[in-house]
Amino acid sequence: MSSPLLAVSGLTKRYRRGGKTIAAVDDVSFDIEPGETLALAGPSGSGKSTVARLLLRLIEPDAGRIEFEGGDFQALNGTALRARRARVQMVFQDPLAAFNPRASVARVLDDPLRIHGIAARSARPRRIAALLERVGLSADLAARAIHEISGGQRQRIAIARAIATNPSLIILDEAVSALDVSVRRQILQLLLDLQREQRIAYLFISHDLGVISAIAHRVVILDAGRVAESGNARAVIGTPQSAIGKALVAAAPRLNRTGTQGAADRQ
Amino acid sequence: MSPLRRFLCTPEAIAGAIILAALFAMALTAPLFFPGDPQAIAGPALLPPFQDWSLPLGTDRLGRDVLAALLHGARTSLAVGLAAAAAALAVGAVVGTLAGFAGGLVDEVLMRITDAFQTVPSFLLALAFVSVVGPSLGVVVAAIALGAWTGPARVARAEVLSIRERDFVAGARVIGMHPLEIAFREVLPNALPPVLALSSVIVAAAILTEAALSFLGLGDPNRVTWGGMIAEGRAVLRTAPFLSIIPGVALVLTVLGIYLAGEGVVETAAVRRSLS
Repeated sequence: MSSPLLAVSGLTKRYRRGGKTIAAVDDVSFDIEPGETLALAGPSGSGKSTVARLLLRLIEPDAGRIEFEGGDFQALNGTALRARRARVQMVFQDPLAAFNPRASVARVLDDPLRIHGIAARSARPRRIAALLERVGLSADLAARAIHEISGGQRQRIAIARAIATNPSLIILDEAVSALDVSVRRQILQLLLDLQREQRIAYLFISHDLGVISAIAHRVVILDAGRVAESGNARAVIGTPQSAIGKALVAAAPRLNRTGTQGAADRQ
Repeated sequence: MSPLRRFLCTPEAIAGAIILAALFAMALTAPLFFPGDPQAIAGPALLPPFQDWSLPLGTDRLGRDVLAALLHGARTSLAVGLAAAAAALAVGAVVGTLAGFAGGLVDEVLMRITDAFQTVPSFLLALAFVSVVGPSLGVVVAAIALGAWTGPARVARAEVLSIRERDFVAGARVIGMHPLEIAFREVLPNALPPVLALSSVIVAAAILTEAALSFLGLGDPNRVTWGGMIAEGRAVLRTAPFLSIIPGVALVLTVLGIYLAGEGVVETAAVRRSLS
């Protein structure tokens, strides 16, 4: 393949706490190809979510380079950055906290369409209905308030919001961790379908190797802010080389029995 | 249970609501019952209350109807109180939101300005402002709001500081929303409830400040005000104390009613929050 969709090199973020400097993310590098799913795994506190926030420019790194779609993503500011944000979207872990508690479903989906000028005002209701149907929801849901719908529906809305701007990369930060097992399987299936149809790349952040082996092509395992190992998802999960990789895999059978794989096998 | 029914379950809220309803009724019906100028002479001077039933609360030193003045005064008090509180809350919410959301230098500058306004006694500020600009209803409203916006600004800032860290604000940035739109459309509406809880205190304080300004002769001279009535009655306090007592009692009841109703609203909101 020619150039990767996203190329991260030497990404570092340090926090100063009580005179001591802690590196939340320490010299992390990886690539994502178009249409690929890269999983970012690791125990809690290993810097997975910090990487997500750095990539989205929600926080600024202390060092490192982020190249997205062939351009320096960190060089962008103000209007140019906001326009570019259409191409990289995010789905948060807690589907309730990710939305303004006062918003309606229609408003949540209307915002990205309006901000990026994707559809004229009169065309937006039809666009919103199409987005809802695309993520397997009824178009009638548009009139409901965010707090009136279920967690699984909310996460589908979050995915609909993410695909509204036609992104090439979606960062999924523990996007299925807060969902119950049957809903989780449906959401993963939806993500796979969207990827196949629209060639969206995913950065799939999770601590759950069962889910990762079901969806990811490659995996990067983080430990204390550093890359512990990376490679083909099947190979890394099959024969982990690093201590933290082994520990995560050792914890996985327990997850497998109740997790996505188990649920998928039973049905 | 509907919020209104829950609101009416607390005794203080019922008392407050009744007083406020009576006050609004007085203010709204004043031009119906007393269509003429309340400052026109209506009968003999210094008629005590309950003597002549065409002038039930008597007349003042110039023979003006006290009841007419009381009802028209309610209009002034409510108008000034509500307008000043609305202005103070609006300015405070906007300043607090900008300071809390922008952070850094903007926050520092806005909060030092807030400090400066807070260190000057608000009544002195109002007094100075009216003396310089000249008394009229709009100036009195502005003068009172000038000293009252700092409280809402601080509360709004504190609230915004916690809300801006929430995921939905990050989500709004991710979809490319402009920071000003995030501040005023996503953050501010969620920061409002505790700011609005201040409104009863501010309305009550504004009514008292307006009365005090009028008492000192700095109210709008073309309008009847309760403070002005008390000042007017002061000259004959020994011979006709009712001239000061009647508007004084009206003032006390109004402030009490606003406090009680405000308390009821806060309590209702607290119950609703703990239920949800």
